[in-house]
Amino acid sequence: MSAGAEIVVEGRDIKRDYIVPGGVFKPARTVHAVKGVSFKVEKGKTLAIVGESGCGKSTLARIITLIDPATSGELLLDGHKVDIAAGRPTPELRRKVQIVFQNPYGSLNPRQKIGDVLMEPLVINTDTPAAERRDRAYDMLRKVGLEDKHFNRYPHMFSGGQRQRIAIARALMLRPSLLVLDEPVSALDLSVQAQVLNLLADLQDEFQLTYVFISHDLSVVRYIADDVMVMYFGEAVEYGSRDAVFSNPQHSYTKTLFAATPRADVDSIKARLAKKAAA
Amino acid sequence: MALLEIENLVVEFETASGPFRAVDGVSLKVDEREVLAIVGESGSGKSVSMLAIMGLLPWTAKVSADKALFNGKDMLGMSQSERRRIVGRDVAMIFQEPMASLNPCFTVGYQIEEVLRFHLGLDRKKRHARAVELFTQVGIPNPEERLSSYPHQMSGGQCQRVMIAMAIACNPKLLIADEPTTALDVTIQKQILDLLMNLQAENGMGMIMITHNMGVVAETADRVIVQYKGRKMEEADVLSLFEAPKNAYTRALLAALPDNATGDRLPTIAGLMLEGNASVAASQ
Repeated sequence: MSAGAEIVVEGRDIKRDYIVPGGVFKPARTVHAVKGVSFKVEKGKTLAIVGESGCGKSTLARIITLIDPATSGELLLDGHKVDIAAGRPTPELRRKVQIVFQNPYGSLNPRQKIGDVLMEPLVINTDTPAAERRDRAYDMLRKVGLEDKHFNRYPHMFSGGQRQRIAIARALMLRPSLLVLDEPVSALDLSVQAQVLNLLADLQDEFQLTYVFISHDLSVVRYIADDVMVMYFGEAVEYGSRDAVFSNPQHSYTKTLFAATPRADVDSIKARLAKKAAA
Repeated sequence: MALLEIENLVVEFETASGPFRAVDGVSLKVDEREVLAIVGESGSGKSVSMLAIMGLLPWTAKVSADKALFNGKDMLGMSQSERRRIVGRDVAMIFQEPMASLNPCFTVGYQIEEVLRFHLGLDRKKRHARAVELFTQVGIPNPEERLSSYPHQMSGGQCQRVMIAMAIACNPKLLIADEPTTALDVTIQKQILDLLMNLQAENGMGMIMITHNMGVVAETADRVIVQYKGRKMEEADVLSLFEAPKNAYTRALLAALPDNATGDRLPTIAGLMLEGNASVAASQ
């Protein structure tokens, strides 16, 4: 590995099968959710994983976040092989990777105050003293654009965008090197989406964070990604730098995906109206 | 004569902390064969105004308007039973979440035939034939078999097609599509939008497309209304809206599209709240 480009996370031929249990008359079935995916992300870069629902992108996210083990293949974090099937991951390992989920309404405990939400990862994974935990929670709250007064409030008192900020703050409490973002802005309004994307860009600069960004929205991916991987039925059908993938897609599915994305530029509106007038 | 004409629509909800105005003086007009898009973020009152016209809001809502004419008839003044005959037949709506809007206890065939029985009074055989025809039209494979499926046995895209089939069952004059593609993947979204636009052109329907997706607006609309906090910010034909938006809020909304990002950061609307309100005040 070259010294200039530190690889934070690497996957080698990762596979994941799920076994769907059969009934009395139905044999059990194996679903191949991820069929051998390889990738590498350098420090401070963003890999975007694009695909439709059911293509295995969230399964891959769960494997990278050490929630689920891979059926086969290797996952390397900071150059070290990790296998959670062999034994529970250590707190140090947990600290390296954190995740932000899609739905900010479902991923925060409604009965937990924001301060406790933020401090909980420290309680579980570290032995930071209480006073320091509190200080760090306040710091993080300000970092993500919230205020001190929000510390003692409950999740229902926040808007969707604010909740997503809280979820991001919680993920960053352990100072991870890798952040997995599973559709972090798809539940948000356009203007709020812009704010959260800006926040993510700022945080990446500040903490030298590495992102694995999962999305089905190509315009967001084009904005935020360095590398792009397109998944289709569990396979990575396209993988390359953002510019290469967007300017010269190779696989037919990627082309379909681009063609299906609604375009909001003046030229395509003109083209559509002209076509309509001719019809 | 316009198909739907609304003037100064106000919808208020009674809440513990006094009345809340969800829609504040919205006026709009839809002609036959026209596609009007209403764009806005969540809470801008775009769905509520349409539900109000259809009489589908709970009793806690207070609806008033200077004018609410559909095909020359006053939608707010008419009796509940009169309205029931029009809603679903001449004005139909595709609701936002197909999974939540279909009844899980009945087959989709039963639910679609119910519409045909109630509004058109078709007999059993004709109902079945029409249901098969509709399913074919919206592109559901094996329509005969699919009629006896329950909603949970179908995918999101298929349920959305069932909703569309149900809405166009009586050849409505006006179709209101409330975020018809929000929960769907882009490739499915493309199929559904193409389907809707084809149906609209074939049947010569008027259509109101409620959405928060600027891309969907660009791909479907003739005319656009931008709504913010229950008020109309701007109304324009689709080309001039994208080419030269007049209102500050519209401009900010378009600038926030990641496609239009020019620098490292996306412009946000936060600072615009004040500016936007000021321009509202100025326009009155």
